[in-house]
Amino acid sequence: MTIRTEPVTVNVGPQHPSTHGVFRVRITFDGEDIVEVEPVFGYLHRGSEKLAEERNYVQVITLTDRLDYTSSMINNQAYCLAVEKLLEVEPPPRAKYLRTLTAELQRIASHLIAVGFFVQELGAFGTPLMYSFRSRERILDLFEMLCGARVTVSYMRPGGVFADAPRDFWPALDRFLEDFEEELAEMEQLLLENEILMVRTRGVSPIPAEVAINCSVSGPVLRASGINWDWRKQEPYDAYDQVEFDVPIGSNGDNYDRFWVRMQEIHQSLRIVRQCIAQIEPGQVRLDLPLVLRPEAGREAYGRVEASKGELAFYLVSDGGISPYRCKIRSPSLINLTIIEHLLVGWKLADMIVSLGSIDINMGEVDR
Amino acid sequence: MNCQLASDSVLYANGLYRVVYNVAGSFLPCWLAYLIAGLVIIFILVNAVLLGAAVITWGERRVLGRFQNRVGPNRWGPFGMFQPIADLLKLLTKEDLRPQGSDRIVFALVPILMVAPLILLTAVIPFAKNAALASLNVGVLYILAVSSVSSVAIFMAGWSSNNRYAMFGAARAVAVLISYEVPVVLSLLGVVMVAASMSLGSIVEAQALPFILVMPMAFLVFLAGMSAELNRSPFDVAEAESEIIAGYHTEYSGVRFALIQAAEFGGVGVVAAIAAVLFLGGWSGPWSEYLGWLWFLLKTGVVVFLFIWFRATYPRLRIDQIMAFSWKFLLPLSMINLAAVTLEVFFLRGDDGSLTTADLGIMAAINIVVTVVSVIVFGNLIRDRVTLRTRQPQQVAVPGVPTIEVS
Amino acid sequence: MYGLAMVKGLMVTLKNLTRKPFTVQYPEERVRQHPRFRGEEFVWYEERCTGCASCAKYCPLGIIRIETSPSGSAIPQGDKYRLEVFDIELQRCMFCGLCVEACPYDALFMGSGFEQGQYSRKNMIITIDQLRNAEKHPSTWFRPQLEGYEGDTSIRRGTPTIAQGDSRFTYDPRGGPPLGWREVGREAWRWHQKEKAGMRLGQIPETPESAGEKAPEPRADD
Repeated sequence: MTIRTEPVTVNVGPQHPSTHGVFRVRITFDGEDIVEVEPVFGYLHRGSEKLAEERNYVQVITLTDRLDYTSSMINNQAYCLAVEKLLEVEPPPRAKYLRTLTAELQRIASHLIAVGFFVQELGAFGTPLMYSFRSRERILDLFEMLCGARVTVSYMRPGGVFADAPRDFWPALDRFLEDFEEELAEMEQLLLENEILMVRTRGVSPIPAEVAINCSVSGPVLRASGINWDWRKQEPYDAYDQVEFDVPIGSNGDNYDRFWVRMQEIHQSLRIVRQCIAQIEPGQVRLDLPLVLRPEAGREAYGRVEASKGELAFYLVSDGGISPYRCKIRSPSLINLTIIEHLLVGWKLADMIVSLGSIDINMGEVDR
Repeated sequence: MNCQLASDSVLYANGLYRVVYNVAGSFLPCWLAYLIAGLVIIFILVNAVLLGAAVITWGERRVLGRFQNRVGPNRWGPFGMFQPIADLLKLLTKEDLRPQGSDRIVFALVPILMVAPLILLTAVIPFAKNAALASLNVGVLYILAVSSVSSVAIFMAGWSSNNRYAMFGAARAVAVLISYEVPVVLSLLGVVMVAASMSLGSIVEAQALPFILVMPMAFLVFLAGMSAELNRSPFDVAEAESEIIAGYHTEYSGVRFALIQAAEFGGVGVVAAIAAVLFLGGWSGPWSEYLGWLWFLLKTGVVVFLFIWFRATYPRLRIDQIMAFSWKFLLPLSMINLAAVTLEVFFLRGDDGSLTTADLGIMAAINIVVTVVSVIVFGNLIRDRVTLRTRQPQQVAVPGVPTIEVS
Repeated sequence: MYGLAMVKGLMVTLKNLTRKPFTVQYPEERVRQHPRFRGEEFVWYEERCTGCASCAKYCPLGIIRIETSPSGSAIPQGDKYRLEVFDIELQRCMFCGLCVEACPYDALFMGSGFEQGQYSRKNMIITIDQLRNAEKHPSTWFRPQLEGYEGDTSIRRGTPTIAQGDSRFTYDPRGGPPLGWREVGREAWRWHQKEKAGMRLGQIPETPESAGEKAPEPRADD
């Protein structure tokens, strides 16, 4: 008697503990091996691009907070850069430093989440996640000091940041940097060389450089594939041309490399934060722009930043009105998802979850 | 009526049983006394298992919380001690859900089948000197046989749930349980050989030196194997919540879920008790005549803590890696252990086949060396997969990739 | 190698076992909120409000509803509005604080609470009467005068932190006495240079650019 087998199709998500929100993949399994992948998304679609067309330029900032809600500072920054290009203004230097500093703090927070959930999906029962949230909490406290909110910060404005840091911010930042060293060392000790983590992630779902480029992947996922590409270096914005940092590069783009690149980027971000603290000068933090901005009609601008997940860009078209005529968001998570087939097909169910975690998607940004 | 318990009965050694039997037997028919005495012990054991499960649930959440730098349950009672009771009340008041298309009878049988072996297992565990319900002379065999029943229950759960995640979990669980049975049995063979008995009571008495020192490798294999059989981290693929929701018990809710959870956490306790008996010397210790139960509880607690500690620290292995770990690492190790112990027993035993404490010490010395050497040898075989290559942030030229123009 | 890194991991978790928990047991303990915290319970000073509805226009969600009528109190200056309705639909508010930023007269402030749970969405609407009668503990979000260093551009690393005994720097909206409308204003506001915040209309100096808004066009520099 021959045993008849047939592939099984499983809907992973939209309600699944580890699909990073409401992502859904329809996966056909042969036993535990994945033979076919079909991503389905749009469950968190809120029409941010359309909503931006009926809000004025400052109000759109509140929408950008909610794109990638784990790195709202960087979203603010990308949008404000786009508006500044549209208006052809440049923020004062102190504002540039404050933006760089907060963006890097936010990058640390976002990478902590990415690493924490990556290991959580590997099956570590919450411990690395709690450790990373412990540090992230401190960063959010700092954000609360700056702007009164922890996640949806709305801190930056076209032409600077909304207000200077309060006086108790700087000592608190110093304390954080001091403590974070130890906490980061602890996480690295727990994770970086862990044998189980290594056998689970080394050589799993490698993305060759060609594939990564052809899928126009960006951010840590691209750099893990061995390509030195970082907008902070290629096209420095804000104060990134004033600070020194390295771009960590992986070698073969497997899950471990993506995890490793993020861990190293946390170190580099810390370096940038330290340099910002040392270099920041007193001065104005916001241009004296009116509340309601009216850029010239027919002007276009493309403001991009290296967000924690990749290249985040806002493309704005002005028709002379108080709100953008068109606001296109190039969200890194969505574009990074295009490698999902290369990531998943041929690997096992358990690797699928980990690989999804390794590209660190955020559904707020994917579905916009 | 003057009832007399046969001295060769498996129940004879239990002091409490004899007392109840004699008291009841003084005014009741013998068969009724036999029944009542049995029921008394069973009542104690069932409650011990379920209460133990509740305590372990609470302890695990509490300790895990502290491992993770948080507090854990702390709302109900002192230190949140009544949390399991609150959970139970919540689960008891839930609707009895059965998924459409499920096999109703099998689905309902699973929780019972999962709890029953646990309670059966406690029958042979010597909680203190002469405190096992039945001092079976084939105790180890009994444990292995009864504990295997749970794999059937898990597969029934996965099959009857009509849920693909449950099926995944069940398939994984059965594969894991079957492959880990082999190294565990081989490691226990060493214990049986040194103790020259399969009765748990005799094994405890044979441990002049705890067997964890005499056979550290066997303990490692036993611990790993039992982690796998209990679906504990890092081998918890059967209910890997980040992958397959809850594995085989995805569809269970309410009181059935409560029973499955009780079986799971009770299982931790029972396995820890078995480990304490087989490897840590059970109730033996200073003043073991009176404080044997305390030593036993202490040692069980240590093993439970080990399980929680592993769960707090380690990520999960993949299913094929778990199988490879069993067949390529644990099985050779247990065989090396068995061979070493066999040779040592053959050469060291006295004329009557018994081993003195000095003999055990010699065995311990040899076996610790053997353990270290074999772990290093087998570690070297998989070295390539787990060594961190040092990498520095640098520009890497990728062949075949067009250079990107920076505008 | 050989599981040594796994042993190291065990040591890390063991070290954390002995540490004090990081979490805060919320109802009993609270984290210290910064005075800039953007919370519910909007603080509104009727004395300062002119009914211009800048906040309503600037709200991205349009949750502020303002209805005014001529008061007939200051006819020569072009009359002053009397506020009849000032509803804030708190259930839709996302606490971005743009309304506060838009208010030219320092009349609207964020609060600092976050615990206003209600059983019905209807109850989440803050009405004008509630705003009038509420105890006023304004947040310092976009109100640097409450933090006490308005116009001080020397705030940077190295400057003395909170001066001892300087009550302006230790303002905490969650504790301390409520603030009246005279205590929360700025003397000068960028967009209304000549007009003092909180002024009644009869007191405006007679200069042509007194109520002059800045041109809405962006600066044509560069």
